[in-house]
Amino acid sequence: MIDEAIDIYRKLVLIRRSEEAIRRWYGQDEMKTPMHMSMGEEAIPVGVCAALASTDQVMGTYRTHALYLAKTDDVDGFFAELYGRASSPLRGKCGSMHLSAPEHGMMGCSAIVASAVPVSTGLAFANRYQANGKLVAVFFGDGAVEGGVFWESLNFACLRQLPILLVCEDNGLAVHTLPETRHGYDSITQLVAGYRCDTWETDSTDAVVVRDLARRAIGRIREGKRPGFLRCRYYRYLEHVGINTDFDAGYRTEEGYREWLARDPVDLRRRLLLEQGVPEERLCRIEAVETERVRQAVEKAKAAEFCNQSALYEGVFAGA
Amino acid sequence: MRKITFCEALNEALVEEMERDPSVFIYGIGVPDHKKIFGSTNHLLEKFGPDRCLDTPISEDAMTGVGLGAAINGLRPIHVHIRVDFLLLAMNQLANMASSCRYGFGGRRGAPLVIRAIVGRGWGQGFQHSKSMHAVMAHIPGLKVVLPTTPRDAKGLLIAAIRDDDPVLFFEHRWLYWQEAEVPEGSFVEPLGKGRILRKGSDLTIVATSWMNVEAVHAASILERRGVSIEIVDPRCLVPLDQAIIVESVKKTGRCLVADNDWVYCGFSAEVAALVSDACFGMLKGPVKRIGFAQTPCPTVRHLENAFYPNAETIVRTIERMLDLPEMDLSGERFFSHENRFKGPF
Repeated sequence: MIDEAIDIYRKLVLIRRSEEAIRRWYGQDEMKTPMHMSMGEEAIPVGVCAALASTDQVMGTYRTHALYLAKTDDVDGFFAELYGRASSPLRGKCGSMHLSAPEHGMMGCSAIVASAVPVSTGLAFANRYQANGKLVAVFFGDGAVEGGVFWESLNFACLRQLPILLVCEDNGLAVHTLPETRHGYDSITQLVAGYRCDTWETDSTDAVVVRDLARRAIGRIREGKRPGFLRCRYYRYLEHVGINTDFDAGYRTEEGYREWLARDPVDLRRRLLLEQGVPEERLCRIEAVETERVRQAVEKAKAAEFCNQSALYEGVFAGA
Repeated sequence: MRKITFCEALNEALVEEMERDPSVFIYGIGVPDHKKIFGSTNHLLEKFGPDRCLDTPISEDAMTGVGLGAAINGLRPIHVHIRVDFLLLAMNQLANMASSCRYGFGGRRGAPLVIRAIVGRGWGQGFQHSKSMHAVMAHIPGLKVVLPTTPRDAKGLLIAAIRDDDPVLFFEHRWLYWQEAEVPEGSFVEPLGKGRILRKGSDLTIVATSWMNVEAVHAASILERRGVSIEIVDPRCLVPLDQAIIVESVKKTGRCLVADNDWVYCGFSAEVAALVSDACFGMLKGPVKRIGFAQTPCPTVRHLENAFYPNAETIVRTIERMLDLPEMDLSGERFFSHENRFKGPF
């Protein structure tokens, strides 16, 4: 039990250290890919992925660093792709916005808001068709709920009662636009609850709380044979795209950030583990190991070759 | 050999492939209903049940994504649209998701998805039930585009499309559904990326797509009576395109007319003209000519529609100008006869 919570902490540290490394090295302009940073949201993908089986599948958005690392734990592949090197299985064709690792159940993500929701519904359709017991969790922002395809997909998933968990990562921002400028409704969850599915909500930044809620949701999906909708609130620490803060931009205040920072997902989990009696040295060791994994991953990525340019034409169609 | 219609050939392909491969399923608006997509989905619900032959909400965008996801996870979905125009609702999933799926997986996984879409025409189909979007789709890397003309190709190409490991758009002209011809029984494949010589000739090559092949055959038989020998090349697939069959034919005849079942401007006909001018430049006896729809939305009323669509007469007159021949008397010919046959509604 406590080991699971410690492993959750390890994932949180891995993700945070990875993004700190991105912030440190991005200025060298070797990672030429638009970074939509996960800082602040880590508890959601880490918590949900901890509730999933390794064979379960996920899809995400362009803000997918945390999801990718939570699902795959593959920090070498992560930095190889951000640096665009041949050592990445994606060979630099995808960058930060299109990470995938199907062998880990990381089935991709889309830079077009809401576009992965129907594809995930199709993954779930196939899993049901093949009766393989796999579950799909699709991650999207609150802005996705404004897209028609979200409702089309939800309707079909609920109509066919597909094994899918819809995870709304709600940071209250669509790029820079606030809900009051976008919403003709008060509660996303209430709207979704009109469909034949179960809905869940939390604004916890504790990945263990998110995991436990996701477990309940997944239990209902498996036993109740109906989709689940999980809305998790979080605060996006950095600008929409890029590695900097943007509190001077005027659309939000630094005070709001400070409130959420007080229960930062990584610090909070560390604090709770210490309160539960986990020795600090054990956490320090984990931190040192993950920091070193990140350091080595960056080093390996920087040292790796780029693909031969003939790779441009490879992979458009099968066998070509 | 027995003769069956284009529609029956499509249906045979579907039945045989669904029998052969349990990962094949078919879905779309109205697919299992009593109309059975003009009969092309006959027997599927009865034979394979509602899990493999399913109706859907009117959600073309999401349902395309559903097919894509199902294909990524190892199924072979066939999504049916009763009109090509409805496909436009799914352009995000087609152009942003399906087309780049394999590339985005680093080539390691793809989406064996077939999208059947029917090209409408006549009896008032109008500007939202008559489009023929093959050039738009062929423009996007990662999508294969197939346009069968003959019943044999309808069956053999559909089987090939279903077995193909990438997204294939399969365009079926509504009027071809009645065309009857010899089709082998049992399973056979017409490979994607191979054109077909529909008629051998020596004076001029017509490269025609879909329904325009029917008009081209009619025009060629008229021109034969005055001693003009026409070769007709049906490329059958825009992606992958059999460039060699076009180039070899034009090298032989020295003349090329492209009759595309689509608008001319920025269309497939321009692609063929560019290919021919590049590969056959020194052998051409005249410029490549192109015919297709008028550059307008498709009108509803018949007499305007007749001006919108080219037909065998348009082809004959164009070829006469290309060969510098006087206009022959066509008063005994019947054109637009299919318009009289088609009574709609769809």
